[in-house]
Amino acid sequence: MTAMTYREAIRSALRDALRTDERTFLMGEDVGRYGGAFAVSHGLLEEFGPERVRDTPLSESAFVGAGIGAAINGMRPIVEVMTVNFSMLAMDQVLNNAATLRYMSGGQLNIPLVVRMATGGGRQLGAQHSHSLEGWYAHIPGIVVLSPATVADARGMLLAALQHPDPVFFFEHATLYGVEDDIDEHAGPADISHAAVRRGGKDVTLVAYGGSVRKTLAAAEELARQGIDTEVIDLRVLRPLDMETVLASVKKTHRAVVVDEAWRTGSLSAEISARIMEGCFDALDWPVERVCGAEVPAPYAKHMEDASLPQVPVIVETVQEMFA
Amino acid sequence: MSESTPERAHALLLLRGMLLIRRFEEKAAELYQAGKIRGFLHLYIGQEAVAVGAMQALTPDDAIVATYRDHGHALARGMPAGAVMAEMYGKANGCSRGRGGSMHLFDASRRFFGGYAIVGGGLPIAVGLALADKMRGDARVTACFFGEGAVAEGEFHECMNLARLWDLPVLFLCENNLYAMGTALERSESVPDLRAKSAAYAIPAETIDGMDVSAVEAATRSAAEAVRAGGGPRLLEFETYRFRGHSMADPELYRPKDEVARWKEHDPIAGFIKLGREVGTLSDAGLQVIERAVATEIAEAVAFAEAGPWEPLEDLTSFVTSEPGR
Repeated sequence: MTAMTYREAIRSALRDALRTDERTFLMGEDVGRYGGAFAVSHGLLEEFGPERVRDTPLSESAFVGAGIGAAINGMRPIVEVMTVNFSMLAMDQVLNNAATLRYMSGGQLNIPLVVRMATGGGRQLGAQHSHSLEGWYAHIPGIVVLSPATVADARGMLLAALQHPDPVFFFEHATLYGVEDDIDEHAGPADISHAAVRRGGKDVTLVAYGGSVRKTLAAAEELARQGIDTEVIDLRVLRPLDMETVLASVKKTHRAVVVDEAWRTGSLSAEISARIMEGCFDALDWPVERVCGAEVPAPYAKHMEDASLPQVPVIVETVQEMFA
Repeated sequence: MSESTPERAHALLLLRGMLLIRRFEEKAAELYQAGKIRGFLHLYIGQEAVAVGAMQALTPDDAIVATYRDHGHALARGMPAGAVMAEMYGKANGCSRGRGGSMHLFDASRRFFGGYAIVGGGLPIAVGLALADKMRGDARVTACFFGEGAVAEGEFHECMNLARLWDLPVLFLCENNLYAMGTALERSESVPDLRAKSAAYAIPAETIDGMDVSAVEAATRSAAEAVRAGGGPRLLEFETYRFRGHSMADPELYRPKDEVARWKEHDPIAGFIKLGREVGTLSDAGLQVIERAVATEIAEAVAFAEAGPWEPLEDLTSFVTSEPGR
């Protein structure tokens, strides 16, 4: 086992892929000489050269689309977009091309493309760098959406994404980059079909993903001290959703809370809530609750940003009320 | 010119290619009126010389990216007329198994990577196809067709920049038919000169008479060879005109009838036939032979489409991803 950060785990997967598969290359804004906006690709330019670690101009639509084209033509591109907010500039390519070409061509084309980007709030970066828009991506048939919440998953899920035949969108929560853990640095690809039960429990199911998983686990510890035994599920894969794991848990606990820092309206949390209702309504002892981000553009000031995101005390209170 | 010269054979091949598109499109319009083809139908009539001429310069290893007005390009690339017609019918024997329709024709085996119906949206794909070829060291060209309307899109500028910056083997083929749907170029561009835009990215550009199939072919050959030799991207602007509306739904309020009539005097097919007669490569009998062969091919294409099965609804979600049921 080796101690490494979430950032280093992603870098280690990138390095493995670049070493073992000559079709793989990395491109994006400042991935090369700068070393990556979040320093994920630091050192890769020196090791692999400018052909395979490509700095791009500020043209998200062109380089995401170029990733799609290169993937169709036999390469395995990894595209880094600095943040999910910037990825909106490439949404034409994501929605109209990456997600459709296989279907529109009657199955003739494969697009083995991985697009990585930072997501989420908590760093006081304001309303154009902090949103959590994974749910928008998860709305789209034709793509796979991943959200690793642990250091081991950051490496293993990226390696798995790089073996997937379809476009994979890989969301790295920006508050996790510095998180450290002991992982097997030689571990191979992780499962990218299933959610993971991060904590077993019998009283209530807490469903979270990405940056909310750590907060939800902290809330679970607090609740345990109060005698409420929670089960925490890390979704990991946001499309296609692994509802079997969620439903099996809710059938056992009869209560569910979805924790999602994205906006509540039209969201993944709404989808999961609906699917719990569809899948095990009779098992529920309580309406599905949600702890979501406030419906505001992400504010800058710390106290306002903190209040706009799901926090441990709110998760704890929400669960307590279900047992009041 | 004698009966059997390569020049004559090639001229007849060009004529046949253009006539196939013209008659195919006329038939498609008829079938649209009859309700056999639905959705949008964007006819290529008037622009045949561009697809047919340009395609001569490309090898089977080269890649093609087209737009929503893509029937002509598909046929000129050698896609079977039956597979194209069946796709427009929405049948399972269509080239995209009924999932694409008129605007989204694909044939991976011929490296025809599709019709793109978001204006400018195919350009990044072309850049990526070319990037892959360049990284592998393959001496291939990616030919990217688009209309002049696309130059207003950011993706055009992003792609011109990236293609030059990385010296990618892309051949940008702009079909300037003067109207982006109903908006004339000079009404939408502060600088309507496309070569000036290309010059801004240091990409060599040339403007060609797009109604002259031989001129299109010659210019594309020369540009494609420069691209293939590693000279980086090139842009060709073909001046052309669509004789029919933007789509079947177009009342054509935006252009004067005499303008249409004037351009029809430059009909690429009529002009080529006239020339062939003048230089003796084409006789009335020879033209009849071609017309009959084209008519047969189209009749067979329609029969193929008519006879094709509908995709079973159990397969509605097939090909969304590589894993069934996802």
